[in-house]
Amino acid sequence: MGMTFAEKIFAKKTGRAAARAGEIVSVRPDVVMTLDADAEIIIRFEELGLPRVWDPARIVCALDHYGPASTRRSADLHRRMRLFAEAQGIERFFEVGEGLTHQIMLERGYALPGMFIVGTDSHTPSYGCVGALSCGVGASDMLSIWATGELWFQVPRSARIVLDGALPPGVFAKDVILEVIRSFTASGCTYMSAEFTGSALADMPMAERFVLCNLSTEMGVKSTWVEVDETTRAFADRHGGAYGIVAPDPDADYAALKRFDVSALAPMLACPHRVDNVHPVAAMAGAPVHQAFLGTCASGRFEDLAVAAKILGGRHAAPGVRLLIAPASRAVLRRAMEAGHAQALIDAGGVFLPPGCGPCAGIHEGLLGQGERCVSTANRNFRGRMGNPDSEIYLGSAATVAASALTGVITDPRPYLA
Amino acid sequence: MTGQVWKFGDNIDTDVIIPARRLTTSDPAQLARYCMEDADEAFAGLVNRGDILLAGENFGCGSSREHAPIAIRAAGISCVIAKSFARIFYRNAFNIGLPTIECADVDKIASGDHIKVDFANGELLHIETGAIYKASRIPPFMQELIDDGGLIAHIAKGLRKEAGGPTRP
Repeated sequence: MGMTFAEKIFAKKTGRAAARAGEIVSVRPDVVMTLDADAEIIIRFEELGLPRVWDPARIVCALDHYGPASTRRSADLHRRMRLFAEAQGIERFFEVGEGLTHQIMLERGYALPGMFIVGTDSHTPSYGCVGALSCGVGASDMLSIWATGELWFQVPRSARIVLDGALPPGVFAKDVILEVIRSFTASGCTYMSAEFTGSALADMPMAERFVLCNLSTEMGVKSTWVEVDETTRAFADRHGGAYGIVAPDPDADYAALKRFDVSALAPMLACPHRVDNVHPVAAMAGAPVHQAFLGTCASGRFEDLAVAAKILGGRHAAPGVRLLIAPASRAVLRRAMEAGHAQALIDAGGVFLPPGCGPCAGIHEGLLGQGERCVSTANRNFRGRMGNPDSEIYLGSAATVAASALTGVITDPRPYLA
Repeated sequence: MTGQVWKFGDNIDTDVIIPARRLTTSDPAQLARYCMEDADEAFAGLVNRGDILLAGENFGCGSSREHAPIAIRAAGISCVIAKSFARIFYRNAFNIGLPTIECADVDKIASGDHIKVDFANGELLHIETGAIYKASRIPPFMQELIDDGGLIAHIAKGLRKEAGGPTRP
């Protein structure tokens, strides 16, 4: 019997002809990433009395979750990370405002097809969009890798997700993956590797494929993979690094198989307080909105700012709506400025936050007050995540967020894109 | 090990276990004060050392924050029993020395009841009814992590052996 993508990667990384779901193996990752939310790794590394990390060239780190620092403690943690990176010779270290780590991983070509990547963030499975196997771990796991270069993993079972048809106007990868999550539920792919394939991928640029993989975390996946095609190769070639395509065998064994026809899909919304509580935007239309947030690793890219500018350009956000925009990186912000999208969004009443995670994790900026409702492009809507536990977060596409900002109520974006 | 049960539902996420707004400290005792506050404000104040946390499907979904199992352990909880766990939480729990086991029968146990956990045989004894429920066994490698006090202590032990030379095969 053939192997899934995940089995093939684990076989390759352990130097064997085959690997099977369920095996526990020790793997040396090609690249690891970490960020300021896990600053204690450094403190504990020093407490262990270890002199050097195993390989500074394989570590990527960005200050993205709470920059610029808003408390004395977070300022001290950032300072400690800077000093550590300098002392350890970690050159892929990114200052406050350079962007969120997942975006940097792609923009700089640190994530390439066939790689095995580990990160201390639950949305690390995102790099399946370029054909890498990537998964999230905790602080102790990362410390183990920094100390020894390796970590144990269980080879996951896999789910095959076929996206048939073509996206209708006003419907995006965010709407597709919300529908997929609704169907699988929040725990439907726990411990699994999700493989995406099907004709709908043809129209999805890398930014949209990223959304599929990023949100897959919300149905429990360990890792993801998107069918490798010309879009993947063009991305990898642009970054020039060495890479090796890994693809599943046609006769691989899958724990789940689901097909979705995206042609019939409408804009979708994840409603409070669960990402699998998904309904058509139309079902919630008219509910007043206090904050509209564009950004995060789910949707802070150029394409998202462009569609928001298309809807809001020459208009203004409704009175009483705070429109917050956190570009995923400095490069995204610069492109949006050059294209005129940043200007259009500022003229529409938008407030630009530093490139990074923005208010998504509810740590340092743009929090919600009691009874407030936020429509957001982020990937989590758990109770209290963005501030007051008595607030509500609705998750949708950048178009849905922009249309809702414009009208002041939850709004189907399709009429504004016709 | 016997403990009193605190029962929660399905999909208890890491923001409920310990919200990001409380992550301005990594001190376990501070984290314990806010553990589960958005689900049950009374929990942190009333939980006793050795109590058992019981939950439904997908416990610990969401963030990769290790603060979540740290807060639970520091609050006094000796073991988390759920129908299923989210992947990173499961890893993190063992890595910091908090045992977790899966059991399909958690619906038969109520908050305030008492459970005796038999880790070696993968069984729960429901003190109130005398019923015995099947639970998952802790894999040997994970038990080693718990016995050593977590992954870091486990690694430190390995590194010490390495430094000593002959003790490592």
